[in-house]
Formats: sequence, C-alpha cells, structure tokens
Amino acid sequence: MELYMSLAIGIIFTVGVYLILSRSLLRIILGTSLLTHGVHMLLLTMSRLKTGAAPLLGQKADAYVDPLPQALILTSIVISFGVTSFFFVLAYKAYQKLGTDDMELLRGKDDE
Amino acid sequence: MSLLHIVIILPFIAAALCPVLYRNARLIHTGWFVLPVPVFLFIYLMGRLPQIQAGEKLTATVPWIPSLGVDFTVHLDGLGLLFSLLITGIGALVILYSIYYLNKRKEAIGHFYVYLLLFMGAMLGVVLSDNLIVLYGFWELTSLSSFLLIAFWHQRDKSRYGALKSLLITVFGGLAMLSGFILLYLMTGTFSLREIIGSADLIESHGLFVPAMLLILLGAFTKSAQFPFHIWLPDAMEAPTPVSAYLHSATMVKAGLYLVARFSPVFAGEPSWFWLVSAAGIVTLLYGSYRALKQTDLKSMLAFSTVSQLGLIMCLLGLGSAAAVYSGTSDSLFYVKATTAAIFHLMNHAVFKGALFMVAGIVDHETGTRDIRRLGGLMTVMPVTFSAALIGTFAMAGLPPFNGFLSKEMFFTAVLNIMELNVWNMQFWGAFFPVIAWIASIFTFVYSMLLLFRTFTGKKQFEQLDKQPHEAPLGMLLPPVVLASLAVVFGLFPNLLSYSLIEPAMAAIHPVMLAEGARFHVSIEFWHGWTTEIYMTIGVVAAGIILFKLHPRLKIINQPLFSGVSLNKTYDGGLKALDRSAWRLTGRYMTGSIRHYLIYIFAFLIVAVAVTMGGSANIRFDMSGYAPMSLYEAVIIFVLVVSVIAVPFARTRLMAIILTGAAGYMVTLFFVIFRAPDLALTQMIVETVSVMLFLLCFYHLPKWKRELTKLRFKLSNFIISVGVGAVMTLIALSASSSRSFESISDYFLKESYKLAGGKNVVNVILVDFRGFDTLLEIVVLGIASYGIYALIKLKLESDEAGKGL
Repeated sequence: MELYMSLAIGIIFTVGVYLILSRSLLRIILGTSLLTHGVHMLLLTMSRLKTGAAPLLGQKADAYVDPLPQALILTSIVISFGVTSFFFVLAYKAYQKLGTDDMELLRGKDDE
Repeated sequence: MSLLHIVIILPFIAAALCPVLYRNARLIHTGWFVLPVPVFLFIYLMGRLPQIQAGEKLTATVPWIPSLGVDFTVHLDGLGLLFSLLITGIGALVILYSIYYLNKRKEAIGHFYVYLLLFMGAMLGVVLSDNLIVLYGFWELTSLSSFLLIAFWHQRDKSRYGALKSLLITVFGGLAMLSGFILLYLMTGTFSLREIIGSADLIESHGLFVPAMLLILLGAFTKSAQFPFHIWLPDAMEAPTPVSAYLHSATMVKAGLYLVARFSPVFAGEPSWFWLVSAAGIVTLLYGSYRALKQTDLKSMLAFSTVSQLGLIMCLLGLGSAAAVYSGTSDSLFYVKATTAAIFHLMNHAVFKGALFMVAGIVDHETGTRDIRRLGGLMTVMPVTFSAALIGTFAMAGLPPFNGFLSKEMFFTAVLNIMELNVWNMQFWGAFFPVIAWIASIFTFVYSMLLLFRTFTGKKQFEQLDKQPHEAPLGMLLPPVVLASLAVVFGLFPNLLSYSLIEPAMAAIHPVMLAEGARFHVSIEFWHGWTTEIYMTIGVVAAGIILFKLHPRLKIINQPLFSGVSLNKTYDGGLKALDRSAWRLTGRYMTGSIRHYLIYIFAFLIVAVAVTMGGSANIRFDMSGYAPMSLYEAVIIFVLVVSVIAVPFARTRLMAIILTGAAGYMVTLFFVIFRAPDLALTQMIVETVSVMLFLLCFYHLPKWKRELTKLRFKLSNFIISVGVGAVMTLIALSASSSRSFESISDYFLKESYKLAGGKNVVNVILVDFRGFDTLLEIVVLGIASYGIYALIKLKLESDEAGKGL
C-alpha cells in the first residue's frame, strides 16, 4: 500500500508543481491546494499505514496507529486553510486592482 | 598602557579634538593646534634613540582580544624607530607647510587635519605594531584616510576618480595581505611578528609558505605602487600638495617597503622572494623613470619619480635578501650592503621628495599652474624656492655633494655585487641588473633636470599666468628649506645616520646575521676612490646631458610608446566591463518572472535531493513490511489520481474546482481508512468550506482560460514537475522503508490517559502534550482572518500604481 501511496503522492506533486508554474493566478492557487494534499498524505505514509486501530484508547486494541503524525497533519490542515483563503482573497483583490491574473504581466517596474 | 601606546593614540585623540578647536577658535588656523602633536612625538622618539642604538628593544602590550591571540602590542626596534621618526618629522614639516598652503577661510581645514591626524596615527600604528591583525587594522586605516585626503576637494570629478582608484587598488592588496597573515597564523599559531620571525625555520618547509609570501607581497606591492599596481599614484596627485608630499612620497607609499623589510627575516634566502622583490623593484624603477620623462605636470613627474625610486628601494631590499643565503659567512656582509643602501635611500628619498613636492606646491600656489610648458624663468623671482628645488633635484639625480649621490653609488655597488652571486641562475641574469639600473639612472637624471630647468630657467612668460609670481611666505618656505638642508647634511655627513639609525634598522632586517651582542658596522664614505661606480655615475651624467639636450627633438620620449596598450585603460575598461557584465548577468537571471524563479528553486531541489540520494549508501528501498492493498483503497487511489491529473485539462473553472475538491474528499477517505477519524472530520469540513470559498470568489475572477503558452514552455514545466514528483516519490519510499529508532508515540499512547486523562490521543497531543503548536495555529488563523478583512476593506488612496502595468 505504501508503494502505491508513494506513487500517488508523486503524481499529486507533479500536477501541483505543474499548476504552480503556469501563468494564471487561479491555477497557481489550485496547485498549492493540491500540494497541501500531497504533503498531508506524505506525512501519513511515512509513519507506515494500517499498523493498528485508531488512536482512541477506548477501543482497547493491541496496537494503535501512530498518533503524532495525525496531530501534525491536523495542525497543518488548519494552517494551510488559513493561508489558502488569504491567498485567494489576495488574488481576488489583485485582479480587481490590476485587471489581470496573468503572472507574466504581474511584474514590478524596471526601475524598482 | 605605556608611553609607546600613547605615541600611536595621541594623533587619534587630537583628531577627535580637531573639529571642536576648528569651530571654537576660528581666528587661529587649526594647523597651529595640530602642529605640537608630531613635534612632541618626534622629540619623544628621538629620546629613545640611545636605547635603540644600544640594541635594546622596547615592547609594551595592552590585551585586546586575548582569546584570539590579538593584543595591542607595540614594539619599537631600529626599523620601527626609523619609520616613526620619518612619519613624525616630515609630518611636523608638512603640517607647518599646510598652515600656509591652505586658506582657513576658503578650505574645510577642520576636516583636513582630522584626516591627516588619522593618517599619522594609523601610519605610526603600522610601523610600531607587533601583532599582525592590529597591523592590518592600521594598514587599512591608512588606505581609508588616504582616500579621504585624496578626495579632499570632493567637488572635483578627478579627485573622486583618483581617490576611488587608490582605494580599490590598495584595499585589494590589503585584503590579500590579510589572507597572507592568516596563513602565517596557521603555520605558526601566533599573530605576533616577533614570534613568527623566531619560528622562521618552521615556516620555511611548510606547504603554505609560498602562498603566504605571494599574498603578503601583493599587499606590499599595491601599497608601494610597484609595477603594475603603480597606476593609482599619479591619479592621487589630485590631493592637496601637502598630502602628496606627506602620504604619496614620504610615508604611506613606504608602508609596502616597511612590510617587505619587516618580513625579510621570515622569507629571505628563498629564491622566489629574491626574484619577486628585486625584479618587481627594477622593473618599476625603469618604467617609472621612463614615464616621468613624458610628463608635463610637475606633480605627475614627481609621482612617477616616486614610483621609480620606490622601485629602486624595493629592488635593493630584494638584493639584500641574498645575504641570507650566505648567512654566517663573511660573504653575507657583502650582500648586506644592498640593505644598507635601501635604508639609506629610503630616508634620502623621503627628505628630497618631500622638499620637491613642497616646491611644486609653492610654484602652483604662487603662479596658478603646474604645467612646465607654461612655466619658466622663475629663478630670479623665487630664489629661495629655486635653491630648495636645485638641491632636491640634484639629490634625486644623484649628484654630489647631496645625499642622493651616496645612495646611488651604494645602489650601483649593490647591483654590481649581485653579479657575483652564483645561485638561482644569477650567472646569466645578474648582468641585467647593472645595465637596467644604469639606464634608469640616466632617465632619472634627465627628468630631474627637466623639472628644475623648465620651471626656473628659460623665458619668462608671466603674462600667461593667472597670478603674478612672487616669493612664497616664510612659513611655506621653511619646511622645504629644512628638508633641503637635511639633504646636504646627510650628503656631507652620512655617518650621522649610519650609527644612529641605519645600524639598528639593519639589525631588525637581518637578525640572524648577528651574533648575540654584535652590531653591524656601517660606514658610508663620501669619497670611495676611483671605482666602477664612479665611472658609471660619470657615464650617467654624460649620457643624461646629451639626452636632456636632445629631449625636445626625440619623439620616443615625448609621445606614448604604445598608444594601444595602457595600464590605465586596462583598469578603466576592466572596471567598466566588470560593472556591465555584472549588470548583464543579473538582468539575465533576475527576469522578474515568478515562473523562472520557481523553476530555479525546483530544479535546485531536484538536483540536491537526487545527488544526495544517489551519493548516499544509507538509503534503502525495503518493501517487505508494506501493508497489503484492498479493493476499496485501489478504487480511492484511482479516483484520486484521475481527478488530480484532470485538473490541468479542465475546460471550465467550475470543473477545475470540483476536481480539486474531489481530490480533497478522496484524501478524506484515506484518512478514514487509515484510522484517523479527527483528520477525516477536519479535512471534510475544511474541504467543503474551501470549495465554497473558491466558488464564491471565482464568480468575481476572470474566465478560466486555456493556457496560451508555447509548447516549449509547457514542456519545460512538465519536465520540472515530473522531476519534483519523482523526487517526492523517492523520498516517500525511502522514508517509509527505513526506521532508525523507535517512535516516541508509544509514550503518548501509554501516558495519554494516565497523565492527561484523555482517551483520544490525537486530541490530547494537540491540547496537552504539544499545546503550543495549537496556540500558534490559532494565531495563524486569527492573522489570516484579520488579513482577509483588511484586504477586503482596504481602499488604496490612489490607483495610479496599477495603471502603468
């Protein structure tokens, strides 16, 4: 399972990076949110999959899955949500002000 | 803190007081307040003369950074005393001269004396420091204060150009010297000069010996204006004349000579040292004297003359180092004579060149020009100046009875002696030294005569001058007259110097040549019989007079020899090319396109990870413990991959959002399968909210367009992204197949209920074990929401910023 997960992570990263390299601001934001998914799955895979029950002690299982990566991912989900929504509003505002979402046109002036 | 430290620090204290005195005592020229400083120092140093003569050495230490072996140690021996007497003595005369030269109303003399005192203190620091790092500090301070002094009239373009040039070249050399010092430290483990000289044997066979020597010589050659680093000196003539007289003839340019003399005990006896120092010296001597012939400006002539005389001294120091080969035998004293000549000429040069610069300054001050084509016939108008100039130029040309005559005879002796050296291929090359020395002496004779006679004799053409020339005031005449008299005194009674100053200085340069308690016996005689040297001098005068007569008709002298190649053009062109290529390089990669920068970052990531993984033996791909895959998981993974791959191909923005959302929900399903209920919950809510937000905002955003880029761009993007994906897969595989130590999660699982009273381990970690993360995560969310609020509410005052785009 870890092998297939790793391949899937690779594909998610490929598409995420490809979107980030494009000219449209919207694609870039979608790319970052795909990258976030890739990172979360990577965190989960690295601690090995399916090694036991969910980390709820009430279950009285012999083995539980590693709870630490889950805590880390939870923190990460919230942070990336905050950042993504901020970027989104920033993109929206930039489009309103500048009239374009093309990254090749969104450059500083030469004398700066 | 001893009196020796005060010697160095006093000028700095005076420099700090200078602006106060300048502001509060406007009626009196600030120079009068400054004058006592060098006078007092000179008297104090003269008082140390008997001790030094007796072979004593004065040392005092003030700890500065003891943990790094850097202490402010002052060490006064023969060489240091000689230099510090030059610095303070000529310093006093120059300050006296400058009081009359600079107008207290028209010039910013407050600044002038601050810079000059800074320079004086720094120079004393260079020659008296025993610690190499302290020496380097003072060394750079001389470069800086010289920079400030050259650009004293900073409103002129040429002053700024000259100052920048001298700073670039001397600081380049200074940095090289610093690295040389550090290499010496690596070899010996100390920064103390005396200890390094003491362990010279240890250094000799070390692998870093040659690099250290080259780097230190680079410092000495740039500071002392040796070929091809001499180019800054003629441009430094834009400085006020007292500065030229003091820094660029008598003191700062001799710092390199001091360095070479100081390090002679370490490096002497090495063929590479001998060859570098003496060859650089003799080339500089010839080139400088030849170029001085072509100049029409008095100060440029003197500048090139300084270059050539510095080359002469450098060459003599190199020749003197041959003595170390014969250390312990009577032959060594034969070659030591070159060092005697070097020290003697060093003092002589400081004396007559100081006088000549002051004369040039007087001529400039009283006539308004320094161009010898416009000058002439000043002899009757300025008799005192003329006398000083006569003595100075005759001393420079090496005519009796002035001091230059003696030092030139000794120079000839040294180059003739070196022919008998039978190591290092000298049987062949040795013959070149006397020939080049002789030719250079002829050039020296001719430009000295040109300097004197073009300025003071010939037609009077006063109507062309800006001012009606007349004799300078007494205060301005006094310093050159004093120096000129010294030139005569040293010429007639050279042994005044030899016992008092030259012998102790020799002892410092050749310490191993003396037995304990012994001393060098230097005796310079005015008349030494009908020797080869005398015939050479007669030849110089004869050939010089012929050349002087023919001078106006000889094209080769009046026009540039190689108009195509010029060191200044190379320097200017090199600087410009450096600037332009840096600009072009920056323009090439700093394109302003985010995409390019991202490509650099990703490419670097790929290369770094791939190289590390390929080069490391510890990375394994062990698939044995992998969990099996069920049908559900296969389906979820398939859907996830398909929806992700479809995003770039989506035709509408709604489609793209839904595909991204689908990927998010698939991830949620994974969380469910892999036993992470809290994650699944959070992910689902966050995904839903994000999709809603996306949809909401997309309404206002531009149409989802097909990317209208060229295929080439798409291809490079594709290669980069596949690279990143492959690298991440490798990382994931290697990370999940190796575990070097047990996870700490066992602790959380075991103690969660006992210590924290919670059964949901993930939640206990979030709020109890690692509660700080959560606190700051809440802060992040808070900041994001504030930011969004601010963005939406923000109304730019002017919208002009966006219109140009």
